[in-house]
Amino acid sequence: MSKRIFALIIAIVMVFSVCALTSCTNSSADFKVGFIFLHDDNSTYDRNFMEAARQAAKNAGLSDDQVLFEVGIDESNDCYDAAARLVDKGCKLVFADSFGHEPFMIKAAKEFKDVQFFHATGTQAHTEKLPNYHNAFASIYEGRYLAGVVAGLKLKAMIDAGTISGDSVKIGYVGAHPYAEVVSGYTSFFLGVRSIVANVTMDVRYTNSWFDIAKEREAALQLINDGCVLLSQHADSEGAPKACEENNVPNVAYNVSTISIGPKTALISSKIDWTPYMEMIIKKVMDGKGSEIPYDWCGGFEEGAVKLTELNADAAADGTQAKLDEITAQLKAGTLHVFDTSKFTINGGQTVTTYLADVDDDGSFTGETEVIKDGYFHESEYRSAPYFDLRIDGITEK
Amino acid sequence: MNKTAAQAEKKHESLFYVTKRDTMPFWKSSLIRVIAVIAALIISSVFIVALTGKSPLKIYSAMIEGSFGTVRTFWDLLQNMAMLLGIAVAVTPAFRMKFWNIGAEGQVLMGCLASVICMYYIGSALPSWLLIIVMAVASMAAGAIWAGIPGFFKAKWNTNETLFTLMMNYVAIQLVSFFIAVWVPSGSGILYPVNTDTECGWLPKVFGQQYFLNVAIVAILTVGMFIYLRYTKHGYEISVVGESENTAKYIGINVKKVIIRTVLLSGALCGVIGFLLVSGKNHMINTSMAGGNGFTAIMVSWLAKFNPFYMILTAFLVSFLKIGGSALARDPLLKLSTSLGDIISAIVILFIIGSEFFIRYRINYRGRKAEHKNV
Repeated sequence: MSKRIFALIIAIVMVFSVCALTSCTNSSADFKVGFIFLHDDNSTYDRNFMEAARQAAKNAGLSDDQVLFEVGIDESNDCYDAAARLVDKGCKLVFADSFGHEPFMIKAAKEFKDVQFFHATGTQAHTEKLPNYHNAFASIYEGRYLAGVVAGLKLKAMIDAGTISGDSVKIGYVGAHPYAEVVSGYTSFFLGVRSIVANVTMDVRYTNSWFDIAKEREAALQLINDGCVLLSQHADSEGAPKACEENNVPNVAYNVSTISIGPKTALISSKIDWTPYMEMIIKKVMDGKGSEIPYDWCGGFEEGAVKLTELNADAAADGTQAKLDEITAQLKAGTLHVFDTSKFTINGGQTVTTYLADVDDDGSFTGETEVIKDGYFHESEYRSAPYFDLRIDGITEK
Repeated sequence: MNKTAAQAEKKHESLFYVTKRDTMPFWKSSLIRVIAVIAALIISSVFIVALTGKSPLKIYSAMIEGSFGTVRTFWDLLQNMAMLLGIAVAVTPAFRMKFWNIGAEGQVLMGCLASVICMYYIGSALPSWLLIIVMAVASMAAGAIWAGIPGFFKAKWNTNETLFTLMMNYVAIQLVSFFIAVWVPSGSGILYPVNTDTECGWLPKVFGQQYFLNVAIVAILTVGMFIYLRYTKHGYEISVVGESENTAKYIGINVKKVIIRTVLLSGALCGVIGFLLVSGKNHMINTSMAGGNGFTAIMVSWLAKFNPFYMILTAFLVSFLKIGGSALARDPLLKLSTSLGDIISAIVILFIIGSEFFIRYRINYRGRKAEHKNV
């Protein structure tokens, strides 16, 4: 009997020793990071995040088995479940990519305090102020503006060549939801186009879905039928670019290059490159400095977060690259502001001199932060996620 | 001439012909189903090797690990299975009556919407237990109404319930979109969970498990439905109406009443699942909350021959394939798309459905027929 007790004690001691050893050897080889994606890689939006996550992990020296993906996670409690599964797997960093994931990421952050949670496009981190919950976005409106310049130059070339009439130039935009992120995107794109072609107007059609190939295609075709001679979009599938290629209508895409599916019509795409941010947070969390990461991070040109994909020389107008370089330099230098209030009006000719934006997303949906200063709308400065939701003259939401 | 015609006829005779079987012993039908699953796994393995070049055993073990690896993944599986089973149980009485209710997706969504409306507008004005009861009743009523409308039209004017219930799904989706647009003026299309501060209207955790009550309530519904269909007068009436409306009329059953009553029950139970999705899980709503289970549940119910207890097995199988399939994308070394899980699911389900053919029918070869005739 005593032998059995002795053997049992030995066994228990061995088990605890192994456990202690395991916990002591929490080296970088044990470090894991987890990513939650709304869709799979058929979505251009999610594919952009996936590619960045793989690259960032590689740059940070992580091996394949240290990077876990949860794919196709709905914007519901499924997100919390996915985050919890990743934590169970040993992830010390969990990143989610879609706006509706936010409340469930916050729920997970409150429960798993020793894990750092990151959420792209969210709005709550700067008011929640949890030490382990962070938001991030990029000043993509500047990238959109540049993409608009490319589109404007193409329109100008089409007018000069007599392909379209210069009297009334109408372009189209497929939007996901009538939400600030989309409004900010299409307005900056439009202002970029209008900086080249002054009399341009734009129709916007919403799909009321972030990812719906059929609806995006349908909206694009409707815009083309309505006389739009160039299209862009803020929706996550390749429905619109493909419709443009089939109808020989120039297109400006978002987040991924669409030249392979639109060799004749794809001009360029603006893109958020999440690699710099992801690399930074992986390295910080790996070093145990996760709480030093800002609640809310907004990347721009300097950080390498705002980019343009390859310019399609076969479709774009001559001299586009030189113009892009010029405008990029102005944006970087701060001599050009996308939402310069002298460049747009609202309500049929009214210049905006003051505007309270809903920066602190407290659920009241009322603005509280003055964002017009020094003659321009300060987008993504008080919070990384866009809050420009003015409807400017020249753009019609259908 | 006659000889040539006879030769031509002989030439066109197929090698085998199909006849209907008598009732097959349970052990034999079960064996055929097991063989079907094994055959499906073998064929899936061929696909796995051809598409990914990875070991099928690794894939299958990753699926098992993804479903049973931890207590949490097991509860995820149970929750997923419970919702699917609950909807399958809900559509069953209508299906036994041969009322093809393919509007469960919309009925569940309406149940979700009713619960969220209660939470949103009542807030914390009621004690949580009372709000939960109000939500449950409202969800049942909403689901019942959503199924009852096509049910009423079917009973009154013999309209096509398949199309009607299907169309009602899209109306439900648009209604949910409408309410979200009203509640969220920023236009994001995302409603955050309601009552996060007070958790009023949220089903409580039991034994530390958020999904315990969801699973338990569906278990009770399943047993209840089995008893209802097997041992009650209503269940008998449903069977008779399903077999033959004329027979039902002949023996004095009020067919219209049975149709409407059964469809209301079916919708109300879908409403209960909507309530559980909101109160027991998400505490908010979006248009994809039913997650396609309203359609998958039809297959679950049908595969189980409308027997609630068999549905536990079929719901488990379908949920395991779904949860296990999604785990393939999670595995960092496999690095697979979720599509592979879908392919495996499709092959397994196709083989199981196909196996029903061999259970119901016998394939006879011409040679055997001749022998049979000689004997």
